[in-house]
Amino acid sequence: MKSAVIVFPGSNRDRDMFHALELITGHRPQHVWHTESTLPDVDLVIVPGGFSYGDYLRSGAIAARSPILKDLVAKADSGVSVLGVCNGFQILTEAGLLPGALMRNAGLTFVCREVMMETVNTATKFSSRFEKGQVWRCPVAHHDGNYFADADTLKRIEDNGQVVFRYADGTNPNGSINDIAGIMNEKGNVLGMMPHPENLVEPLHGGLDGRLLFESLVSDLQAA
Amino acid sequence: MKARVIVTLKNGVLDPQGKAIEGALGGLGFGDVGSVRQGKVFDVELRGSDEGAAKAVLEQMCEKLLANTVIENYTIEMA
Repeated sequence: MKSAVIVFPGSNRDRDMFHALELITGHRPQHVWHTESTLPDVDLVIVPGGFSYGDYLRSGAIAARSPILKDLVAKADSGVSVLGVCNGFQILTEAGLLPGALMRNAGLTFVCREVMMETVNTATKFSSRFEKGQVWRCPVAHHDGNYFADADTLKRIEDNGQVVFRYADGTNPNGSINDIAGIMNEKGNVLGMMPHPENLVEPLHGGLDGRLLFESLVSDLQAA
Repeated sequence: MKARVIVTLKNGVLDPQGKAIEGALGGLGFGDVGSVRQGKVFDVELRGSDEGAAKAVLEQMCEKLLANTVIENYTIEMA
């Protein structure tokens, strides 16, 4: 499974993602600088976490207008899998690849801790290795993770099964509507999530819960 | 030509920062504060003198970058 990680000024989880991908897929991902105009021919493109452009204007807003995004939108339209984590999720919503927006945490503070996640849709390429309703551990680290969508959009994504992950057991760290932690687009090839599965993939991390997401992608994309 | 763009949160969108400011104002003894909503102001200088054309360009700027129209409204004032 070939993958690429886009790097923006201020990305800081790109190397964590690189490590997780290499560990789990067995292939070294390619790093792609945001000023490039074309992504390499890969199965999976990652938009990693961090603080692109210092979160100026709105988190992810400037990065979502950088040159590489044009090709990312084109690749996503053509069916390439895209995963955005944390700042990557913010960038994907700002770019219009995912519905809704991520606002300042309801508690106003930066949250850096572990939460419990529930996988509510397992019929996706990002979650097929989870059990439906499986509750798992995942770290979060963000200031703007409060997912919001207007009532019509919310109903649409809930009805379509586009909500893939929710915060479980009362661990919603940011006030996200309907405890939403991760959503995908209607077509099912673009997923954004605030928590960091790449930071719980080996024993030194203190757990392996995040591996299932990457293993889902590996089994889907290698079968394709 | 100078213009001012004001970006505000749409009605119904929770504004935790506005709420915190509201609470702080109450704490300072401003007892008459009903509510506070926080927004952003952009002062933009444009070349050219056609006000209509400038307004059209500013609108595009708002749609494409200055505002996230999922959660925000914008107004444009020509100075």
